Amino acid sequence: MLDINKIRADFPILSQKVNGKPLVYFDNGATSQKPQVVIDAISKYYQEINANIHRGVHTLSQLATDAYESSRGKIQQHINAEFAHEVLFTSGTTFGINLVANGFASILKPGDEVLVSAMEHHSNIVPWQMLCEKTGATLKVIPMNDNGELIMAEYDKLLSDKTKVVTVNHISNALGTVNPIKYMIDKAHEFGAAVLIDGAQAVPHLIPDVQALDCDFYVFSGHKICGPTGVGILYGKEAWLNKLPPYQGGGEMIKDVTFEKTTYAELPHKFEAGTPNIAGGIVLGTAVDYMNSVGFENIQEQELELLEYGTKRLLEIEGLKIYGTAATKTSVISFNIEGIHPYDIGTIIDKLGIAVRTGHHCAQPIMNYFKIPGTIRASFSFYNTKEEIDVMVEAIKRAKTMLS
Amino acid sequence: MKIKDIQEEIVDEFSMFDDWMERYEYIIELGKKLPLIEEEYKTEDNLIKGCQSKVWLQGEQNEDKIVFTADSDAILTKGIIAILIRTFSNQSATDILEADMNFIDEIGLKEHLSPTRANGLVSMIKNIKMYALAFNAKN
Repeated sequence: MLDINKIRADFPILSQKVNGKPLVYFDNGATSQKPQVVIDAISKYYQEINANIHRGVHTLSQLATDAYESSRGKIQQHINAEFAHEVLFTSGTTFGINLVANGFASILKPGDEVLVSAMEHHSNIVPWQMLCEKTGATLKVIPMNDNGELIMAEYDKLLSDKTKVVTVNHISNALGTVNPIKYMIDKAHEFGAAVLIDGAQAVPHLIPDVQALDCDFYVFSGHKICGPTGVGILYGKEAWLNKLPPYQGGGEMIKDVTFEKTTYAELPHKFEAGTPNIAGGIVLGTAVDYMNSVGFENIQEQELELLEYGTKRLLEIEGLKIYGTAATKTSVISFNIEGIHPYDIGTIIDKLGIAVRTGHHCAQPIMNYFKIPGTIRASFSFYNTKEEIDVMVEAIKRAKTMLS
Repeated sequence: MKIKDIQEEIVDEFSMFDDWMERYEYIIELGKKLPLIEEEYKTEDNLIKGCQSKVWLQGEQNEDKIVFTADSDAILTKGIIAILIRTFSNQSATDILEADMNFIDEIGLKEHLSPTRANGLVSMIKNIKMYALAFNAKN
């Protein structure tokens, strides 16, 4: 059991007032708040060891390089990658997906197929559409049912020798559905297709074991796991990373440069052109340490309790409908109230100190499926409490009265 | 009435409210009272795409004035556009183009003026002024 008061004390922002009311932060799906250790680590980096990495012979450069590479090692361990050089620092999930999609431009041919799920974030749709436009490959969609679950029987039918890439999120940002990715990866591999897992919404709730999953790529962002914005991870199997061409040219990613020919650096540097987000990379390690010190079992226990309690309390509100009722889901509740636009509710409860997300959640195909303009999404983190859920429910009731 | 006088009138009305809740309740009331736009004008062309709620705006020439009608699927947005319509409908294009928007700040809706705000107030104002520009160019 978590000592929730002790945990909350780690996050200075949580004791803040917003619009004169105590902040209730339920927009964790968009970004998590940061504990003091993470905030301090950013400042400590700039105060003590700021230098460019992988080049200088001087002491600060060595210290910064060591810290950066040690963070890479921490993340390798955390996700159980076989090699540290399979763990690439990126600016975030979106960059990671674009890097991979762009790399496949040199592999795909007209007639090849890319399978994407019906519940993807736009950032896991658009790069693949661009890839298909470039290569003449076809984008096919794995459909979902009314509960917001992918239909595996349809997935099985879509797979064929033409399938070259399957790309799916581990957990849906708009619905909270946990997808059966192990099954999907194994199935795709029977046809020789590569699988990319968008783990952006999963890593705050669980530890992905990339070797056990056997995924070819796994991408996520640091800012959703208590880390800073602007840093993320692309895990790729060594064989795939060697096969894909570099994404960006520049310093760091080369072995030798002449005007006639450039040879590329070894992994991971081949994909890390230019000066990276050094502080971000180092502090991502701090954030992962923090999450592990809280403990993912504890995190899951607390979040499951919040999900169950939140679902129960919200359903007490007349006319409220929850979207995303999959058998396995995380602490995300997407909902609407009959006859009321989600934007109106979001705007009013913001005045009561409550931060939720409203809109299409960058997943318009899901909204089109349910024929709604958007939803209100409350996404809970381990530092949230049942009392906060009570405050939200009361605020929604008040907004509902005002609006109807 | 001149735009400036209408704006002053609106500022006066809003000054009676002590807190955000009363202000929002009034905006909701204005939204509910907004005369509905003719269904035929709820077209893709008339749609102002804010990030979160839809707004349809239609402008028509009535002698030397422009008459605006509008609708939105969100009631707060509808209330805000009702305020804009009250201010700008039945005014001349030149007056619309010259009008300043400080009154939005004065009625406590400044936060809605941020260009990143998802209700598209900035786009609404822009579209109203575009109608006026087009009107002047045509005449």
